[in-house]
Amino acid sequence: MNKSFFGKFDVKTIVATALGAALFLVLFAFVKIPSPVPNTNIQIAYGITTFFGALFGPISAALIGFAGHALNDFIAGFGIWWSWVIASAVAGLFAGFAYKFSDLEHGKKPGKMFFILNIVGQFIAWVIVAPILDIVIYAEPVDTVFVQGLTSFVVDAISACVVGGILAYAYAAVRSSASSLDKE
Amino acid sequence: MKKTKLFSYVDNGTIIHKLSGLSKLICFLLLTFASMFTYDIRVLLVLLLISLVISYIAKFPFKRYKLVLVYFMIFMVFNFLLNFLLAPNYGVEIFGTKHVIYVFSDHFTLTWEQMYYQLAKFVKYICIMPLGLMFFYTIDPSEFASSLNGIKVPYKACTVFALALRYFPDIQRDYNNINLAQQARGIDSSKKASLTKRVKNVAKILLPLVFSTLDRVELISNAMELRGYGKEKKRTWYSYRRLVKRDYLAIGLCLFIFASVLFMRFVVVKNLFWNPFI
Repeated sequence: MNKSFFGKFDVKTIVATALGAALFLVLFAFVKIPSPVPNTNIQIAYGITTFFGALFGPISAALIGFAGHALNDFIAGFGIWWSWVIASAVAGLFAGFAYKFSDLEHGKKPGKMFFILNIVGQFIAWVIVAPILDIVIYAEPVDTVFVQGLTSFVVDAISACVVGGILAYAYAAVRSSASSLDKE
Repeated sequence: MKKTKLFSYVDNGTIIHKLSGLSKLICFLLLTFASMFTYDIRVLLVLLLISLVISYIAKFPFKRYKLVLVYFMIFMVFNFLLNFLLAPNYGVEIFGTKHVIYVFSDHFTLTWEQMYYQLAKFVKYICIMPLGLMFFYTIDPSEFASSLNGIKVPYKACTVFALALRYFPDIQRDYNNINLAQQARGIDSSKKASLTKRVKNVAKILLPLVFSTLDRVELISNAMELRGYGKEKKRTWYSYRRLVKRDYLAIGLCLFIFASVLFMRFVVVKNLFWNPFI
């Protein structure tokens, strides 16, 4: 595998990023599965950054998270909630690091790194980046932001791994494997 | 499911509409960043007034604020309860004084400081709300990407935004169609199904949706490549408008507001909060 770490940024990646962001936006805004915890929804949209990240790399996935979340805030009508938008971008970035380690294009199933990187990324995004920005920008009390952050982390990490995993497995299953043809 | 329009753009010819997209974007960013830097309720109220004046000039229908306002109220009530449960003395910590309203127990004491902190937060959130609504109300969608490019965002990233906005309604339609088709087959992902069933059924909508989107990626990127997209380092925009005097005036005004907010924050008050309790 001689893939670059950050992925390539060709026309296909640009288009995939754009449509990924639109997909993220549709799912983020309309498909909400209420979780047992009140006022928190299971956002299956993070599965999109996970899956597109593994296919197209970290820059693409970070942009999907950033653009998708920012545009969602616009639709909802309030100004952009920068702290959470940036956290979404960070989660996407880490999901995209799985690009280097996976080869879904050639029918290879997602490996351990795919899930580890996503969990790490969601952790950094919701337990480190979002709370710190919330404290700096919005002066929220420390206890509150970390409780919120931990809840978001658990919910989003599960949804990223489960939804992203389902997509990645299904995608890998329909791609023909690299070794399906032998050179004679 | 209701259809959401991303842009509510109607050109009704006000001075705000006539500004170029670039200056609107710069003004929007300046004013929202200004509100991020301060928690001073006086400054925030002035910012709120400014954004309301802008929306009045742009003839924005005020009744649109109602729904968002209700949403904000609910959010603030939850935020208040959460903060009160987890950090009831946060206001006292910030302002250093303690004016008690009601004592529930030693730890859970309702104070004026806490109420004031929550009020300031409410104003802080709400003061940029008209700006956000206003921005998408007054900017021409096709000008959005060229405006982003104007503030030196790389043009390929601008294309991402432009394409995302362009294909959002299409993907929304796809989602609706797939959802209805699956419902016709007895796969229910609405509230009536149980949680585990819902998760499974959502996946059955997600797979065709994502894979049809990937097919579409192939199609669009081929079309763009055939037209030579991405061959040059720079790109011009069909909908770009040159900046004229009123644009510079608007940007100057917003720069002035931004600078005064920073001045108030770092030179006059020298604190994030304005303390009325001393």
